Amino acid sequence: MPGEMAHHPQQRQFNPYSENGGTILAIAGRDFAVIAGDTRQTEGYSIQTRYAPKVFTLTDKAVLAVNGFAADGNMFVKKVKQRLEWYRHAHAKDMPLRAIARLIQTMLYAQRFFPYYVYNILGGIEDDGTGAVYSFDPVGSYEREACRAAGAASSLVQPFLDNQIYFKNQKAAPGSAHPTHLPLSTVIALVTDSFTSATERHIEVGDGLEMYIVLASGSSGQGLEGVKGLRELSTKGEAERVFVIRRDLKKD
Amino acid sequence: MDHFPTNWGRPRNEKHDAYNTYPLHDRPYNGPKDSFAEGVQRTQQPIVTGTSVLAFKYKDGIMMAADNLASYGSLARFKDIQRLHPVGSYTVIGAGGDMSDFQYIQGMLEDLIIEEENTAADGHKLGPAEIHEYLSLVMYQRRSKLNPLWNSLLVGGFKDGQRFLAYVDLLGTTYTSSTIATGYGAYIAQPLLRKAVEGKEDLLTEEQAREIMEQSLRVLFYRDARSLNKFQIATITAAGATISESRTLKTEWAFAEGIRGYGAQVQ
Amino acid sequence: MANASFYQSAGFDFSNDVRNQFLQDKGLPLPKATSTGTTIVGCLFKDGIVLGADTRATEGDIVADKNCEKIHYITDNIRCCGAGTAADTEFTTALISSNMELHALSTGRKPRVVTAMTMLKQMLFRYQGHIGAALVLGGVDSTGAHLFTIHPHGSTDKLPYVTMGSGSLAAMAVFESEWRPNMEKNDALRLVTAAISAGIFNDLGSGSNVDACVITATHTEMLRNFVKPNERAVKERNYKFRRGTTAWKMENIRSLVVDETVTLIAPPVGGDAMDTT
Repeated sequence: MPGEMAHHPQQRQFNPYSENGGTILAIAGRDFAVIAGDTRQTEGYSIQTRYAPKVFTLTDKAVLAVNGFAADGNMFVKKVKQRLEWYRHAHAKDMPLRAIARLIQTMLYAQRFFPYYVYNILGGIEDDGTGAVYSFDPVGSYEREACRAAGAASSLVQPFLDNQIYFKNQKAAPGSAHPTHLPLSTVIALVTDSFTSATERHIEVGDGLEMYIVLASGSSGQGLEGVKGLRELSTKGEAERVFVIRRDLKKD
Repeated sequence: MDHFPTNWGRPRNEKHDAYNTYPLHDRPYNGPKDSFAEGVQRTQQPIVTGTSVLAFKYKDGIMMAADNLASYGSLARFKDIQRLHPVGSYTVIGAGGDMSDFQYIQGMLEDLIIEEENTAADGHKLGPAEIHEYLSLVMYQRRSKLNPLWNSLLVGGFKDGQRFLAYVDLLGTTYTSSTIATGYGAYIAQPLLRKAVEGKEDLLTEEQAREIMEQSLRVLFYRDARSLNKFQIATITAAGATISESRTLKTEWAFAEGIRGYGAQVQ
Repeated sequence: MANASFYQSAGFDFSNDVRNQFLQDKGLPLPKATSTGTTIVGCLFKDGIVLGADTRATEGDIVADKNCEKIHYITDNIRCCGAGTAADTEFTTALISSNMELHALSTGRKPRVVTAMTMLKQMLFRYQGHIGAALVLGGVDSTGAHLFTIHPHGSTDKLPYVTMGSGSLAAMAVFESEWRPNMEKNDALRLVTAAISAGIFNDLGSGSNVDACVITATHTEMLRNFVKPNERAVKERNYKFRRGTTAWKMENIRSLVVDETVTLIAPPVGGDAMDTT
């Protein structure tokens, strides 16, 4: 920086953290969960890459979205996956979702005084077959919720979700009640609209959208037919099914 | 009998903490001392630095380039430094940032290759993906010890018919893309590379790729005050990795003749 | 009452400066001003000048205006692109535009680009960089086509192609690789569009559309939203709320039309009338 030329010795402290932009979001339905994130990775005012995944499948029925400092995020996902593999070898089955959530809490809190600078959202199917979303703060405080947005544009997306999912500030029509669970097609549309809107108004959101959908066993998957960019990740015959939808977002 | 396990194996010292009032982790330390511990310094800032590295994918593989300058602050200190370095048989890495840290990394990778490819002799060769994974772990571990290797590195390679291009820096941040530029190149060359390469990765011939690379290097030389018009270009293809001799480019300054003053002056 | 403490000097009011400095030291940050993160450019061609700008205005990470206008009017034959603090660029160019008009009227001549440039740099220098305006000034006058950049501290540059703002490096890279002397109008316009696009797609502070302005000796052509490469995506759902969605606690309907009946009071005839004799 030209303004601060070294006229006198200066001590510059190394900052081990950075912030890489982007936004993640997850919504739980009655028998499904949708976990999504944009694919832009930024540093300052630059786009490092237009495709850096922030959403990862952990097991056949658990998907984790990570947002914040990308190096910490990738390392954290790697370590979670390693712990899940050890669990598989020890118990000959996948770890249940609520156990993964508790594992993530302890792993985050273990770094209480040098935290992973990441917001985690875990989505998937619980053992009782219900869709679930768990959201975490960087040091491990967590909660099961119906929906959660995190990352750069969370302050734009979360109020929208509160209004459209929890029906905050919306009075139901006389003689009817708000639905407790939304159908899959509605949720997919809400997620898509959340990201196209965040792209409009937040400079660090854009380029691509990656949306994972986990269906409970026996779920019809109604609402997925005819969706553009849909691909099934699970091989036929599994109890839970995992799909991914990829679409472009604006690149400016 | 001393009933305090943390005292076992230590010389007795009745005068010091006779009633064991210290918490466990604060036990008096009686082991060997490093008199120079205070004098050990971590890399707090880069000293002799290299600027941008550019790389992108093309039809046959990866093309990577870096100039030969190592600066000492604003002094153009070393004008014949190599910032591209081959690793194993399928990979080239390029470095910006602190050159002594980069040369340390080169030594580290040499040890790695000797260990993995000669000592092990199991027929497995390290490809660019493995080199990048290794480097990103080293860089992340060092940043986590608050003792970073002050570099931004590009890893390019070609193995088993697959192109590979990725980035890692002093924070351990990683990403892949079909075009990558570090340092000032991220601001100046990356827009040019994206426009010329994105969507055409499988079409560009080596000749076209070289044209794009040289134009980007020329513009960088025009606008990056810490760059040099002397550089090397590496290609990594199915045929292996080649790093060219140092070359210079023709530049154009004729337009400067017509400029008079900076404001109202005419003469 | 006329009092010395009521005296208002011309120009900026610094009376809150000490308080604000105190609050800042206490850790209360000043409110963020809208900034035009911005890519702005200008280039010389055979018959004149082409200016260009993106249309994104930001407040930190948030897009404040998706289609703002950054090419400001100075005179008919001079325009000025502004980057930096939005308010500063708008007021500075508006002030100089006024003064240029007055200058033109008093001299009876067509205004010159150097005049605007000198006015701008003198004003910005006087304020020592506190007016955060980074400008690209271009126009054609009796002495030919001129293109300047003016920095917030008041320094100027005179070059055949210039860029400013957070996307200046991306845009300059395009100029450095493609600009040629004596280009045709369409080639220059295409080049400016490419330079602005480089900013729009590579710099997060820049975005949305390309504005351009072509100035020649005879004509000035403002090409607002010359290219629109970032149209908003169509929403999947309709977010119109049902009538009665908003809850209320109390209903109170009253007429705002005021009815009045006027009763004329006639003077009493005899009876209780006061004796006024």
